This record gives sequence, C-alpha cells and structure tokens, in this order.
Amino acid sequence: MESVNIEKLLEKYFEATTTVAEEEVLNQYFSEENIASHLEQYRPMFNYFSIAKEERFTKQVPLKPRKRYYKWMSVAAVALLSFGIYFGNQYQERKKAEFAYQETKKAFELLAENFGRGTEKVAYLQEFEVAKQKIYNND
Amino acid sequence: MRQNDFLNTVMPFKDKLYRLAKRLLVSKEEAEDATQEVLLKLWSKNENIAEYKNIEAFAMTMTKNFCLDRLKSKQAGNLKLVHSNYRDEHTSLQRQLEAEDSVRWMERIMESLPAQQKMVLQLRDVEQYEFEEICDLLDMKPTAVRVTLSRARKTVREELAKKHNYGIS
Repeated sequence: MESVNIEKLLEKYFEATTTVAEEEVLNQYFSEENIASHLEQYRPMFNYFSIAKEERFTKQVPLKPRKRYYKWMSVAAVALLSFGIYFGNQYQERKKAEFAYQETKKAFELLAENFGRGTEKVAYLQEFEVAKQKIYNND
Repeated sequence: MRQNDFLNTVMPFKDKLYRLAKRLLVSKEEAEDATQEVLLKLWSKNENIAEYKNIEAFAMTMTKNFCLDRLKSKQAGNLKLVHSNYRDEHTSLQRQLEAEDSVRWMERIMESLPAQQKMVLQLRDVEQYEFEEICDLLDMKPTAVRVTLSRARKTVREELAKKHNYGIS
C-alpha cells in the first residue's frame, strides 16, 4: 500500500469517517515491519488496538442451576409439613385421651369419698339398734 | 435454557465484555468481577433471554451501565491502577522494549480520556463495531458518536506526538 493512500485514509480516520474495512487496511499497514518513517508515530496507536483485542476473560463463572434447587426445596417443605400434621394429630389425640382418663379418675375418686362418708353415717344406725334392744329387754 | 446452551451463547462475546469493563475500570480484578457480575445477571434472567434479539448488544449495554455505576459509587475511590503484562513476539530485545513502552504510553493515554471517549474508541477501534451498533449500545446519536470518536482519536494522536517529540523511548 502506498503511503499517499495511507495518508488519505489517516486523514479520514481522524475525522471518523472511515469504514470498518478501511480501518482494517490501516491496521494491516501498521502491523508491517517497514512503513514510511513519517508515519512511524502512528504505529503505537494501531498496534495497541490489535494487542488490546487479544485480551481474554479467563475467570470461571460459577453458574448454579437455580430452578431445580427451588423445586427440591418445595418438595422437602411439603413433605415436612405433611409429617408435621400427621404426627401432630396423633399427639393431639393421645393428649385428649389422657385428659379424659384423668377426668374420669377424678370423678370416681369423688364418688368413692362420698361412699365412705355414707358408711360412716350408717354407724349411727347401729347405735339406734342397741338402744332399741335395751328398751325391749327392760320390758 | 440449560447451562451449556447459556455458555455457548455467552462464549463468543464474554471477552468483549471483559475488555470494555477493563477499559473503564482499568484494574484487572475489578474488570473480572464486573464481567462475572454481568454474566451472573444474564444467567438469572435466563428464561426471558430468548426474547432479546441481540444478546451481545444487551450484555454490552449491561456491562457499560454496571461499570459506570461502579465508577460513580464510593467504591470507585478504592480502585487500583494496575497494568497488565502484555506479551508480543518480537525477537529483538530493543524492539520488544520499545513496543512494550509504546503499549504502556497508549494505556496511559487511553486512561486519561473521558469515559465516553474511552467507550467509543474501545467499541470502534478495538472491537470494530459498526456505527449503528455503537449508537444503540451507548444510546447516542450517530453524529455524536462521530464527533466523540474523532475527538478521541485526535487526542490520542496529539498525546503520542508529544511523547514522540520528547524522544522518550
């Protein structure tokens, strides 16, 4: 490529009116070993752009499959909830039965106590009998 | 979209995201974090990703916005200036040193540009995007892109000329 041509392209380049293809021509020219000495000053610019293009992103990005994770979470939650309801109900029923048993026991105890009191009073009847016999015997 | 499909979609342009992030944030670590963040965000939008016609352009815009936010935030105060090492295949040591030097100048010149000019220059001269694409990505009018690009290129030329005339090598 003649340097006159390159100069024209450079002029357009600095006015930002070159196309990508024309800029590629400039890149090509400045990557060569032998260029016109008065154009040497532009070399770093174009060289830099081609070097800058070589940089690579090398870091690994940890991508988690998020969707599936949520799905299993909900399955686990539902399982836990149904277990809880099942065993909770059982526990509730056992408590109820125990409560009923305790109440019944209390009622029977009350009954037994009152029976005791009843027999105590019956002891007075015995006294009455004794007195009656005495009266009969005296006659 | 499965993980593999996603990686295949993202693979062709992930380096572009990284380079744009690095252009704006300068530090390699910051740029890597930013790129990772953008890719993870894309992954979380997984289901409706197919709705976007141009995933690359969408991802580039996301990167741009993320980096600009980052620069604006307080954390930007902690950004380090880190220069990465460039390799090149020149045989002569003298040439190699010169080339490394000129790359370093260019880095410094690029860093000194305003964010908008950085982005336009990066997208056009490094990634070779067409003007229409740059307009979409940066949400700018075509004339504005042209003016910014021209200004950026001229600034780089002037800065280079200064170094050239001082004869620093």
